[in-house]
Amino acid sequence: MAENTRTILICSGKGGVGKTTLTANLGIALANSGATTAVLDADFGLRNLDLLLGLENRIIYTAQDVLDKNCRLDQALVRHKKEPNLALLPAGDPRMLDWMKPEDMKKISELLSEKFDFVLVDCPAGVEDGFKNALAACKEAIVVTNPELSAVRDADRVIGILNTSDIEPIQLVINRVRPNMMANQEMLSIEDVQGILSLPLLGIVLEDEQVIISTNRGEPLTLTDSSSPAKKCYLNVSQRLTGKDVPIIDPKNEGKSIKDRFMRLMQTKIF
Amino acid sequence: MTLRDLINKLLGREQASANTARERLQLVLAHDRVDMSSLTTDLLDKMRKEILDVVAKYVEIDFEEVAVSLETEDRMTALVANLPIKRTLSGEIKFKKNDKINKADKDIKK
Repeated sequence: MAENTRTILICSGKGGVGKTTLTANLGIALANSGATTAVLDADFGLRNLDLLLGLENRIIYTAQDVLDKNCRLDQALVRHKKEPNLALLPAGDPRMLDWMKPEDMKKISELLSEKFDFVLVDCPAGVEDGFKNALAACKEAIVVTNPELSAVRDADRVIGILNTSDIEPIQLVINRVRPNMMANQEMLSIEDVQGILSLPLLGIVLEDEQVIISTNRGEPLTLTDSSSPAKKCYLNVSQRLTGKDVPIIDPKNEGKSIKDRFMRLMQTKIF
Repeated sequence: MTLRDLINKLLGREQASANTARERLQLVLAHDRVDMSSLTTDLLDKMRKEILDVVAKYVEIDFEEVAVSLETEDRMTALVANLPIKRTLSGEIKFKKNDKINKADKDIKK
């Protein structure tokens, strides 16, 4: 059905930077905009995407079962009740004995491409087999990082590997941005991170307590009608991903008080 | 340098941690990106000799002025060889000095 399916790897190298949260929220946002979207949890050892989407009790089959012909693809796909355009497919089971190979992941992504406009692949942390499997299934990539040393360093390793593959484009999302800390120059700035990794910036996501609350509930922010800062960012990333010409959210504009303005003045480059 | 950095400097205060982070990161990444520990010394010397041997077959080089080095910019590391040519072996044409020749231009990855 979908001829120009975009299969997008969501990766970071380091764990805990927000890959899965981005996958869930972006999945919902894309689905909500009318695009049929599949989210594939490529981390079968430690899978969590089901939890974030609130679908943990509805998984019966996995992609492995589809490949082994234990079930049809339709049976393995878990449709989201509140967002019927979105379906989850876990790659495998934590108890799985035979680990998948890159060819297997490729096969799964081809099967999904027949049915969906977008396939988002939530990549496991690390740069080992799990990452390479997920990589084989994708045509483009989003690298998620935080404005922190360890996250940026690991992202750089991942970008190094992506650059040797045919993945294109590779875009950057900077997650957990704290505008106040950036204004105080106590956090790497957006320009710092982007400059160091030299990737096109797809967007930023502001640090937001609502993310934790929504995870607790199993309802991604983009599914709720809250007006949280992170939700605004996820929607912005989703729009930019679908080619809408909207500007990236600028953390400098997120604080409006006199103190924020003063801090901004202090950030002015003089030489 | 930002306005804040200047004020910190004037007051003798520690620089903002984002600067420290940036500097540390740039250092560690320069190291991560090109594992040059093996290239900078022995290998680079060996490469330099072999490149010179090849070029010397065809033209006379000013050996005093030869420079072969690795330069890193953005994500790319390039091997830059600067081989000033005195003349061709037949001795007829005099090339201009400092002809910059990029012998190889490749990303070096582990």
